Amino acid sequence: MPDGTGYSALIGELSAGLQPVRPLASPWRRAALWCGAVAWVAAIFALFCDAGALFHRLAAAPDMWLSFAGALLTAAAAAWAAFSTSIPGRSSYWAMLPLPPLAAWLAASTAGCLRMRSIGWTQPEPHMHGMDCLYFIVMVAVPLAALLMWQIMRACPLRPALTASLAGLASAGAAAAVLTLIHPFDATYEDLLAHLAAVLLVVGSVRLAGARVIRKARL
Amino acid sequence: MTESQGFSALMAASQTGDARAYQALLRACAPIAAAIIRRQGVPADRIDDAVQETLLTIHRARATYDPSRPFLPWLRAIAQRRAVDALRTHGRTTAREIADDDAYLNHPGLELPADATLDRADQTRVLAEAIAALPPGQRQAVELLALRERSLDEAAVDTGRSKGALKVNLHRAINALRQRLSGDQDA
Repeated sequence: MPDGTGYSALIGELSAGLQPVRPLASPWRRAALWCGAVAWVAAIFALFCDAGALFHRLAAAPDMWLSFAGALLTAAAAAWAAFSTSIPGRSSYWAMLPLPPLAAWLAASTAGCLRMRSIGWTQPEPHMHGMDCLYFIVMVAVPLAALLMWQIMRACPLRPALTASLAGLASAGAAAAVLTLIHPFDATYEDLLAHLAAVLLVVGSVRLAGARVIRKARL
Repeated sequence: MTESQGFSALMAASQTGDARAYQALLRACAPIAAAIIRRQGVPADRIDDAVQETLLTIHRARATYDPSRPFLPWLRAIAQRRAVDALRTHGRTTAREIADDDAYLNHPGLELPADATLDRADQTRVLAEAIAALPPGQRQAVELLALRERSLDEAAVDTGRSKGALKVNLHRAINALRQRLSGDQDA
């Protein structure tokens, strides 16, 4: 059926009830919309944080603000990449976009643990605090990931696992950045491991669940 | 206007709800999709299915097309993905399913074989003849209680006989039938 006439029945059916559709906004605009939702969540948590202490903590050592900025930029870049890879024909190299900020985030967090000098405006870390961080990141990341996946489902993700992984990374990065607002402790290895475990947990879960949802929707 | 610009214009018109442009676009897309799918190594008997899946995906994803961008990379990505899906399905099918012609030929059908159907018809005829040969009281008891499955009370009302008499008639009828039919089989 090389000329397409063999598919006449299907083509007739598809074009019979054709409704106008509005082309989706560009990936960066849609990512900006999601980042706006993250900003709202952050604003709610900011109400409960000591802004002065937060500013002093971030300014006390470069690793502190680099880690915060790295998490924030990772979230924004991963969301942009997730929206880009959900459009047919866009290069899968978009998935590399969040790698530089992710590397900066990891490097700054590790550097904070290696730093000999402790900084002011911090409190002694309670026992098993790492688990609290893990729970916080997961609890905040899950609704953000659900929102992101809902936006992504309006497009056509032809690489479900890749797109869902990026959505998971964006949500985990955003949750980690929000955590910084209410985290009055200096960097420790326990914290670093807990944050890393939480990010991996979120990315893995969203990849599994998101890819399954996309495949079931037969997009 | 180049071919790609033509496709872009058709898709842009389709996004506004122009059914005629959409039909023309899908008709033009089908052979291109088939060529892409064939190049991916999809078996010939699966190409049509993959092309249909491609057309369905184009329909579902038409809002994701940006008219300011070239159309063919968008189409190629969809067709290639559907080709990969077709190859995966084909791979799963060939890996898990085996053809066993002997098992198919030896599988018993749901219907009875012709000789069994004839046997059953013969048995029914012989039984009907044996019942007809019974004395009237016994025949009536068999017809009402065994064949029509009436209760003893209902049969007693219908015939005007006592329930005891009906039971006795039925018992004698069954003994007579057993003797006659076993005698027939022995013969």
